Amino acid sequence: MKRLMKWLVNLGILLALVAGLVAWMMAPWQAVLGVAVLLALWLALTRRGRQTLAVAGVGLASLPQRWGASSVIVIGIAGVVGVLVAMLAMGEGFQATLQQTGSDRTAIILRGGSQAETNSVITRDQVPLIGSLAGIARGEDGRGRVSPELSQVINLVSKGDGLDANAQLRGVGPEGWALRPQLKVVEGRAFEPGLRELVVGQGAQSKFEGLDVGRTIELVNQDWTVVGVFASGDSHDSELWADGETLASTYNRTSFQSVTVGLDGNDGFTRLKAALAADPRLKLDVQTTRDYYAKQSEGLTRLIKILGTVIGTIMAIGAVFGALNTMYAAVAGRAREIATMRALGFRGLPVVVAVMLETMLLALLGGVLGAALAWVVFNGYSVSTLGQNFSQVVFQFQVSPELLWTGLKWALGIGLVGGLFPALRAARMPVTDALRAA
Amino acid sequence: MKYLHLIWAALFRSKTRTFLTLLSVVAAFLLFGMLDSVRVAFNSGGSVAGADRMVVASRLSITQMLPYRLLSQIEAVDGVEEVSYAAWFGGIYQDPRNFFPNFSVGPDYFELYPEYEIPADQMRAFQADRTGAVVGRALAERHGWKVGDTIPLQATIFPRGGDNAWPLNLRAIFSIDGSKRRGEENQLLFHWEYFDEANDYVKGEVGWYMVKLADVNDATRVARAIDALSENSDHETKTQTEQAFNQAFAKQFADIGLIVTAIMGAVFFTLLLLTGNTMAQAVRERIPELAVLKTIGFSNRSVLVLVLAESVLLLVLGGAIGLGIAAAIMPIVSSMSGGMIQLPGVPGQTWGVGLALMATIGVLVGLLPALRAMRLNIVDALAGR
Repeated sequence: MKRLMKWLVNLGILLALVAGLVAWMMAPWQAVLGVAVLLALWLALTRRGRQTLAVAGVGLASLPQRWGASSVIVIGIAGVVGVLVAMLAMGEGFQATLQQTGSDRTAIILRGGSQAETNSVITRDQVPLIGSLAGIARGEDGRGRVSPELSQVINLVSKGDGLDANAQLRGVGPEGWALRPQLKVVEGRAFEPGLRELVVGQGAQSKFEGLDVGRTIELVNQDWTVVGVFASGDSHDSELWADGETLASTYNRTSFQSVTVGLDGNDGFTRLKAALAADPRLKLDVQTTRDYYAKQSEGLTRLIKILGTVIGTIMAIGAVFGALNTMYAAVAGRAREIATMRALGFRGLPVVVAVMLETMLLALLGGVLGAALAWVVFNGYSVSTLGQNFSQVVFQFQVSPELLWTGLKWALGIGLVGGLFPALRAARMPVTDALRAA
Repeated sequence: MKYLHLIWAALFRSKTRTFLTLLSVVAAFLLFGMLDSVRVAFNSGGSVAGADRMVVASRLSITQMLPYRLLSQIEAVDGVEEVSYAAWFGGIYQDPRNFFPNFSVGPDYFELYPEYEIPADQMRAFQADRTGAVVGRALAERHGWKVGDTIPLQATIFPRGGDNAWPLNLRAIFSIDGSKRRGEENQLLFHWEYFDEANDYVKGEVGWYMVKLADVNDATRVARAIDALSENSDHETKTQTEQAFNQAFAKQFADIGLIVTAIMGAVFFTLLLLTGNTMAQAVRERIPELAVLKTIGFSNRSVLVLVLAESVLLLVLGGAIGLGIAAAIMPIVSSMSGGMIQLPGVPGQTWGVGLALMATIGVLVGLLPALRAMRLNIVDALAGR
């Protein structure tokens, strides 16, 4: 009967722990700060709190004797936090790069049913029809701000491993530059229309070989010269730009793949969409560039986030077992000391809270270590992957403060789970048995 | 072997501690099993079957097509046993998220892939039907298709008569033996002739050629000869073995090997620390017992071996359970992801590397405590000093 009761109590504690963990994971930082402040007040002001501080003080003072075992907790949790933050930073970096590429002031028009530029075909006779639609901003000359564009995937040699990789070569119309105001030429100059000249993005220049100003690359047996480098802080950085018409004649293309247009006013998009739907000659889809690029990052970002969380969870479970191990051993090693204190009059609660404080402190240390490691090593680290257009997109890991906070939350959560049951055991030890133990 | 009982008893002396350490080892090797299988799957562009296949694609761009007339030229190259061709279609079935590769193929395509098993009567039905399609078994099972069904494929690139509908009759289902390549059953193939005559955009063009070599060792020479055919033209080609082609493609996605190695490095480092700590504790507690063993006649070396065996046993036990769970979970993950991830199970290579890792970590972890046990001074140890 007693065993059953004990078992039920343990089960109840386990369920409460799970519920507490879920609440912890979803809590915003203000709630956590509030809890921390309340805890500090309790520790400093109430009698039980001060008792807890005394017990914790004794425990922490004897920590150097157990540094080997304690380092297991610290390094284990540092590993979990480091890997988790690194993987989530990869996902965030990719998402940020693609989301910054679009804006609400421009829209991209593709063939109906295409999900990406490579799949889409827009014929030449459709371009002037597009230019006359409502919702498109007009330039000073009264013409629509429209840039018909070509997307060509080319094969270049990557720096480093020397393997072939795909790069995106974009042929832009005369309005192409004006429609993307965040794009600036940082070295050399823009290309001259009609000449075989390229302007490369900074990301492309760092990823592929031979894209320095003044060098030539061979495309379809013709020499193209790199005359400038541009920077735009988004996925365009991984592209090479050329004049659309010249590109079309080189690759024998008779049609374009997308049309980027500037939107007129706040309701420009709605008007443009309505106008397109009303015209039966144009079976085309329109989206703001913001939506278009955001959608491109969805799949990969979600995959990376899920992967990071799964790997992080498995590592966290391993770290929890490590923490449990260490804390059980710590409690067993200090059995006589804790029993003495309880014999003196310290109650169960201060002992439990003190042991948990010790574990959480070690966990916090591990979390800070892991987060710092991830930030120092990975922040700004440049990698590239295959984007929606079958070509490389260069992006940087982004270790943001939110991610660091997530890492710390995981660390404290692991400390919570790893410290609770040893703490309960410490409080429930029969005093006389523990005093007699060697 | 006769000391197994002794080692086992020593290991499970403190049940809580051993179970917790064991569970950590299980978690670490579970992760290892899953990640390494993914790495092997990405890197194994081909196996022994297919070592004699080469891909001839456009050198300029993967999206560029090659002219059909190259077929007879390639067939004439010395060292080429057979040639077929294919063209990427990129259609979708119902929802773009149900993505699976689909492309049109030339008539002898399946002769280059003898590992695709198709019943002879189904093959004949496919050859006879102009709008016929061949589907892998995994894909057919996922969508509940049976031979004779009409598959309403929707084009995303090539319309047919101004419309995107390309209905195809399922005539044959192929299966591949061997769990490692089950992912390849996720494809749909139909006739290139139908594609060529019915699509609105391209005529007389193929996406790539597949070449079967007469002699596997001849690959480099044949590749150069084939590329020489199109040199300085507007459709320059690049010929490489199927394996090299797949690997280069996978490499573009991410340097999977590097990521997996980095994560597993962090995990195993932590594991080393954890189990090292456990072993050190275990030996420290049993010093009087080890002293007794030495008193009754166990040599220094046997005590060393006993401790080492204990730590290796701990690791092998935990690692085997972890890899076993990975092998059991992965088919479940594959079926739950709807075919996006095809992980058939933990390949033999991963088991081998895993076992080697378990042994190495076991020895590393147990070395210091074992040396300490070996060097025990019996008198001091028995006295508890």
